[in-house]
Amino acid sequence: MGLSVHIIRRLLLIIPMLIGITLLTFTVSHLVPSDPLVVIVSEKALDQPDIVNAAIRKWGLDRSLPEQYLYYLWNLAHGDLGVSFKTKRPVAQDLAQYLPATVELGLASLFFALAFGLPLGIMAAIKAGSWVDHFARFISLLGASMPPFWSGLMALFVFYFKAQILPGPGRIDTRMITPTTITGLHLVDTLLVGDMNAFADALHHLILPSVILGWFTLALVCRITRSSLLEVLRMDYIRTARAKGLHERAVLLRHALRNAFIPTLTVLGLAFAGLMTGAIMTETIFAWPGIGRYAVESAANLDYPAVLGTTLLIAVIYIFINLLVDVLYGVIDPRIREA
Amino acid sequence: MAQDLGSRLASSESPWARGLRILIRNRMAMAGAAVILIWAVAAVAAPLIAPYDALSQSVEDRLSPPSAQHPFGTDELGRDVFSRVVYGARISLPVGLVVILFSMLMGASVGALAGYIGGVFDLLVMRLADITLAFPSIVLALAIASALGPSLKNALIAMILVWWPEYARLMRGQVLSVKNNEYVTAARSIGVSSGRILARHIIPNTSAPIVVKASLDAGSAILTIAALSFIGLGAVPPTPEWGTMISMGRFKFYHWWLTAFPGLAVLSAVLGFNFLGDGLRDAFDPQLRGT
Repeated sequence: MGLSVHIIRRLLLIIPMLIGITLLTFTVSHLVPSDPLVVIVSEKALDQPDIVNAAIRKWGLDRSLPEQYLYYLWNLAHGDLGVSFKTKRPVAQDLAQYLPATVELGLASLFFALAFGLPLGIMAAIKAGSWVDHFARFISLLGASMPPFWSGLMALFVFYFKAQILPGPGRIDTRMITPTTITGLHLVDTLLVGDMNAFADALHHLILPSVILGWFTLALVCRITRSSLLEVLRMDYIRTARAKGLHERAVLLRHALRNAFIPTLTVLGLAFAGLMTGAIMTETIFAWPGIGRYAVESAANLDYPAVLGTTLLIAVIYIFINLLVDVLYGVIDPRIREA
Repeated sequence: MAQDLGSRLASSESPWARGLRILIRNRMAMAGAAVILIWAVAAVAAPLIAPYDALSQSVEDRLSPPSAQHPFGTDELGRDVFSRVVYGARISLPVGLVVILFSMLMGASVGALAGYIGGVFDLLVMRLADITLAFPSIVLALAIASALGPSLKNALIAMILVWWPEYARLMRGQVLSVKNNEYVTAARSIGVSSGRILARHIIPNTSAPIVVKASLDAGSAILTIAALSFIGLGAVPPTPEWGTMISMGRFKFYHWWLTAFPGLAVLSAVLGFNFLGDGLRDAFDPQLRGT
């Protein structure tokens, strides 16, 4: 089977998933014990008939449940996620504003996780049972067991409050002029306008949150790389490569690692879920204006349209990341396409 | 020859006994079990261990750093942090266990039925599981918990609703792999009822991976409940819950003990469950090893 057929089939599978997740968020919006209107217009606006009537018309609240779902889908298809109670702006507009900060933090964390997790996992596998292996295990266990909202606070206490070598919460120093938004990623925007001071400051602010957020992914990457490399190193073709007198480094680079990376790639989908989970807590601690903090603040304020909109957005991104991983997997290993 | 095999089978220990023997020799797992035991004792005997009441305030003692009288210091209302951390075990541990137990029972029974019956029920249940798993769990838990309203009970319900599908998926796979084994066919051919086949033949032979998963998940459950409480969607002040305590003390860097000790409590409990879970996996489910 060709690669394009593989991709098309994967894309088609997304349609029922999208219907499923919208059904689920629709159901959650009806879990709210009080009037479903409260989910759309907030309790304060309930005594204003014109607002209430407009909402009833727009979301089909006087219709049956299946019809309401179709109204919901129709509005979603037009990019309408409702209006946030707190910011009074369309949720879609809020999300568009906050998403770049999360993307920047997520990419930086992923970079950190791969830059340290891969070498650590490889070393741990090559020198299994040595102190490097134990160290890697310790780091991974901590990453999987530490509450990110607590490790974030502790990191701020040590590096910002005590040692004063890293900046406090926020994306950029409050005394700095916020960079002009081009891509929304501070690192890219400051470079584009050539403001090196702002670039350095943004980079500094990125260090702590991305290390705290990336730690969990680092643990995942390290453990998977170690176990899959250990498995590959036992294979016959590795023995063959060694038997024909190949240098150990060539065996590792050309034969072992390429095959060992396949499982690592597949867990990157999983890693995204971990990043999102962590982003919710990390952004809250580091006052990072991304969708994670938006979700938390909305949830704490019972701002339902904002919570459900963010939930839906994250699920959709998650599905597409898994699609990307699936496709990449098919590119690397043609046998997958047949399955 | 046949007799030889029979006597060998009779003398060999059961898989459970062998697993237990491997588990006991695993030092990491035993260390984890010891930590959990300490927290369990703290939870049960909190009034005896804690020097002060978790809620009693003392204005003159407010925000005092760790000392002989207050080993973990006191908070802004003069409450003893050590006592509050000890009492916190009464919330985090039971809540974690209840979430795991209910997710496991719900997921495993639904998964077992789906695998055994198949058909439309299987299709519907598994699609629901797929959809639920399409959300990162804490995001969906956040949405459900806020929809139900902030309380510890609702956070618990939200977590169970989000966690059962993984168990259902695992159990369904297990049941599919054993339901056509000879001993099941044999039982069916002598007229044993479906319910009895499930209860007596299938579930005992499929439960090891489920139990292992449950022990590995217990740590995450404790983390998640602390996270939800931290956000304000779980336990509410003045409840001595670890996540709530960390939330109340956040950014009070001059009073680091407010967050440091409850955080260490979460970390140690989670590490304990993760160590024990790793050990259980190695002992009872060799196929999962290294994943």
